[in-house]
Amino acid sequence: MKKLIIALAATAATLGSFTVGAEAQEKTKVCFIYVGTKTDGGWTQAHDLGRQELQKALGDKIETPYLESVPEGPDAERAIERMARSGCSLVYATSFGFMDATVKVAAKFPKVKFEHATGFKAAENLATYNSRFYEGRYIQGQIAAKMSKKGVAGYIASFPIPEVVMGINAFELGAKSVNPDFKLKVVWANTWFDPGKEADAAKALIDQGVDVLTQHTDTTAPMQVAAERGILAFGQASDMIAAGPKTQLTAIVDTWGAYYIKRTKALLDGTWKSEQIWDGLKDGILTMAPYTNMPDDVKAMAEETEAKIKSGELHPFTGPINKQDGSAWLKAGEKAEDGVLLGMNFYVQGVDDKLPQ
Amino acid sequence: MRIELERRASASGLFSVVSPLLALVLTLLAGALMFLMLGKDPLYALYSFFIDPLLEVWSLHELAIKAAPLILIAVGLSVCYRSNNWNIGAEGQFTIGAICGSILPVLVPQWHSVLVLPLMLVMGMLGGALYAGIPALLKTRFNTNEILTSLMLVYIAQLFLDWLVRGMWRDPKGFNFPQTISFAPEAVLPELLASGRAHWAIVFALVAALALWFMMRFMLKGFEVTVLGRSERAGRFAGFSARRMVWFSMMLSGALAGLAGISEVSGSIGHLQPSISPGYGFTAIIVAFLGRLNPLGIIASGFVLALTYLGGEAAQLSIGVSDKVTRVFQGLLLFFVLSCDTLILYRVRLVLGTGRNVDVRS
Amino acid sequence: MFEAILLTIVTAATPLVIAAVGELVTERAGVLNLGVEGMMIMGAVCAFAGSYLTGVPVLGVLCGILGGAAFSLLFGFLTLTLVANQVATGLALTLLGLGLSGQIGESFVGIPGVKLQPIVVPVLSDIPFIGRLLFAQDITFYLSIALVVGVHWFLFRSRTGLKMRAIGDNHGSAHALGIHVVRTRYLAVMFGGACAGLAGAQLSLVYTPQWVENMAAGRGWIALALVVFASWRPWRVLAGGYIFGAVGILQLHAQALGIGIPSQFLSMLPYAVTIVVLIIISHNRRTTLINTPACLGKPFVPDR
Repeated sequence: MKKLIIALAATAATLGSFTVGAEAQEKTKVCFIYVGTKTDGGWTQAHDLGRQELQKALGDKIETPYLESVPEGPDAERAIERMARSGCSLVYATSFGFMDATVKVAAKFPKVKFEHATGFKAAENLATYNSRFYEGRYIQGQIAAKMSKKGVAGYIASFPIPEVVMGINAFELGAKSVNPDFKLKVVWANTWFDPGKEADAAKALIDQGVDVLTQHTDTTAPMQVAAERGILAFGQASDMIAAGPKTQLTAIVDTWGAYYIKRTKALLDGTWKSEQIWDGLKDGILTMAPYTNMPDDVKAMAEETEAKIKSGELHPFTGPINKQDGSAWLKAGEKAEDGVLLGMNFYVQGVDDKLPQ
Repeated sequence: MRIELERRASASGLFSVVSPLLALVLTLLAGALMFLMLGKDPLYALYSFFIDPLLEVWSLHELAIKAAPLILIAVGLSVCYRSNNWNIGAEGQFTIGAICGSILPVLVPQWHSVLVLPLMLVMGMLGGALYAGIPALLKTRFNTNEILTSLMLVYIAQLFLDWLVRGMWRDPKGFNFPQTISFAPEAVLPELLASGRAHWAIVFALVAALALWFMMRFMLKGFEVTVLGRSERAGRFAGFSARRMVWFSMMLSGALAGLAGISEVSGSIGHLQPSISPGYGFTAIIVAFLGRLNPLGIIASGFVLALTYLGGEAAQLSIGVSDKVTRVFQGLLLFFVLSCDTLILYRVRLVLGTGRNVDVRS
Repeated sequence: MFEAILLTIVTAATPLVIAAVGELVTERAGVLNLGVEGMMIMGAVCAFAGSYLTGVPVLGVLCGILGGAAFSLLFGFLTLTLVANQVATGLALTLLGLGLSGQIGESFVGIPGVKLQPIVVPVLSDIPFIGRLLFAQDITFYLSIALVVGVHWFLFRSRTGLKMRAIGDNHGSAHALGIHVVRTRYLAVMFGGACAGLAGAQLSLVYTPQWVENMAAGRGWIALALVVFASWRPWRVLAGGYIFGAVGILQLHAQALGIGIPSQFLSMLPYAVTIVVLIIISHNRRTTLINTPACLGKPFVPDR
């Protein structure tokens, strides 16, 4: 009994020191809020790897608490407010659905800085950031056109938001730059995360005759199916080579770490400003996984395209580009404006699908 | 060794009080053990789970926001379940209520009037009630099992909302993102106090709970619900119609779920989006049972469950346990509450070997 | 291509059929276990763990079955021994299963699984068209068929099955006749759990050989719908499972063929179809009464 009392007292003491300790601490809190679990193998995991990188880089100056599986909506507002109140200096809200919640909390806590991924509403203390995934999609399209024997690729899409439509279009444009007759079939899985359904979608596309597969959903299930059926595929969000060592051509890897380190340093220096940032390959916010399972000339082409995009010589959305119905969209040499891309709700010519409206 | 139950002549008053406390103690012990296994300080973990969220005013507001839809839906369901109608599709009625209530602010945003908000609430209730009317119709007309039809209708409602906000109702200026325009100020459920975000939904919830408690306790309708729920035959002798009761209970619970839906969208979210509920309709079923299908009990259980959500979040931040721990914890709590409730209606005996009875609790 | 589509449908339907047949037995004994989703996901994680740790996928299947059955005991103890409400306990079981499986599986995320190898029956698998479909599948498919046949025989041709149906139809009289109501129900619940676990094993070892959190993604709920859809008849479960599977797959093909219906409406189809079938099956009161276990979901306490 005496031991128990001592133990209790000790715990009480640590309890006390916890609260005192938190105030005495000098470390800056940089906080993250996730829509999924940090081990989802896709979107959230990529953000969490970024957080870990940040922690490693600036660990002596900052700590990085996070909240997982926060549903979009009122729960998000509470979670973000909790972070703001718990002493976070900078909060990264890593899902589009957190937008309005972040806007509201940012207005309430003007001294705290916020950054919201993939959104379009900013404020004095609220920046937005996004990654030009479409640059990677363009390279994928080129590789697909070279590697496909049938001239048809399959695209497992999640939901018809601009982000996804943009990716489909970039893929098709890349493919057409190599093979003007290249066709792209699209299946909407209506989910970000359901391995079974993603696998079914992959099988459906393969049965429809595609021999290269790409996905805009989060699990490695389509890669596994592609491996099983002996066709080629691209990974999404993280390097999926483990799921298809002989299948993966490359993958768009979200490497948010570089961005998080850059912005957090700015916060520590006092140079942080609210900006609407849309970084691309050249900034390291996304990287291409090693080009594998392809002949050297295709690899060389992919590397060249990657270099041209990085240097700014090549913009995937450069005219002449026609819309799906054949009407002109961009004149020769004309580049698409970011605003148009961010609200993209039409296909370019060659996509074999009707965009759900 | 086995456990035998013996029905008490009447529900034990003592255990009605002791059982929830016992369940709480068992949950805390199991929780402490779990945290110990995870290598966390159990006392501090339990403190952040259950006490921390109650210490700040803003957090209490959040508790009310979280508890409101749970209580509102669960009290409706309690009447349903008492009358032996098994509506488990409240999530769908919540969704349709939210959609119907949003018709005005989304389609006629230029109409500014004090009438907008009351009309929205009424339309939300109507929508929920009519949607719950589908399983009621199928049950009374075709004898179809309402557990299944109401569950299937959940998925249909969610997909319908998804289609609306990605298509017809999408904000034209919203960069094609899947959400409607933001509601105008007069279409937003006002906040109650200046100190936090809690809005009128919690008032609706408490009023609904009290009204239904009064109905069940003092009104003929409440008696009708109970009698028909115990035995349809007995109800018929008393001149009650089981068929009408199906309609009444389903539509009542649907209306309350619909009200919860539009209150949530109007008060907490401010626009429609593909996901408007983290499973309130299903969690409310658990809340209803935790509150023993008694509207006053449901007020308490609604707050307790809301607290575990908030506590789970606080614990993630303060001690770094994953969100899965929250769900395990909620599951444990439910199991202990459900098993301890046995003590209210039954005596439990532990039988060792054959014949030798050892009275453990009676 | 036709054969390939059928193969895809078989893979999609198998877990539904297995889990539904298990739940059918549970419900025939008069117990409504809404925790199928939870038991399925526990089965999936146990199966993946077993397969990964031993390196033998078949042992994984065994682990899945045992895991599902063990988890269902929790439900059995609460609802049968302590007579807690079955609906609430089932929902709590799902909640706990989702949390617990996530916790157990945390270290397995991202590890590529080993796919359960098909067992090819010589000669028979060479039959044109149906050979590969029926005789070159993995063990879970054969088990799903065996379960349907076995459960049909058990329920309608065996003494024990008759007793079990008697319990489901009227546990009071069954008890009076000296049938062990609670013991039989325990076995039925565990059988349901074992089947759900096997269905989970199919998910993490065959359908998509990997572990990801929440990978059952609502299939447990569909299995529940299937049981009623099938009006508690094993053969109809088999047919229903394949209809459900087919609708899901064919809507993806309809899309790839460019048939322009909003995908949300296509996704609604299986649920709408279930409602319609439910109406057709149950609008004749007599046929429903013949098939429905009358004591479904009702608590039973033996009087002494």
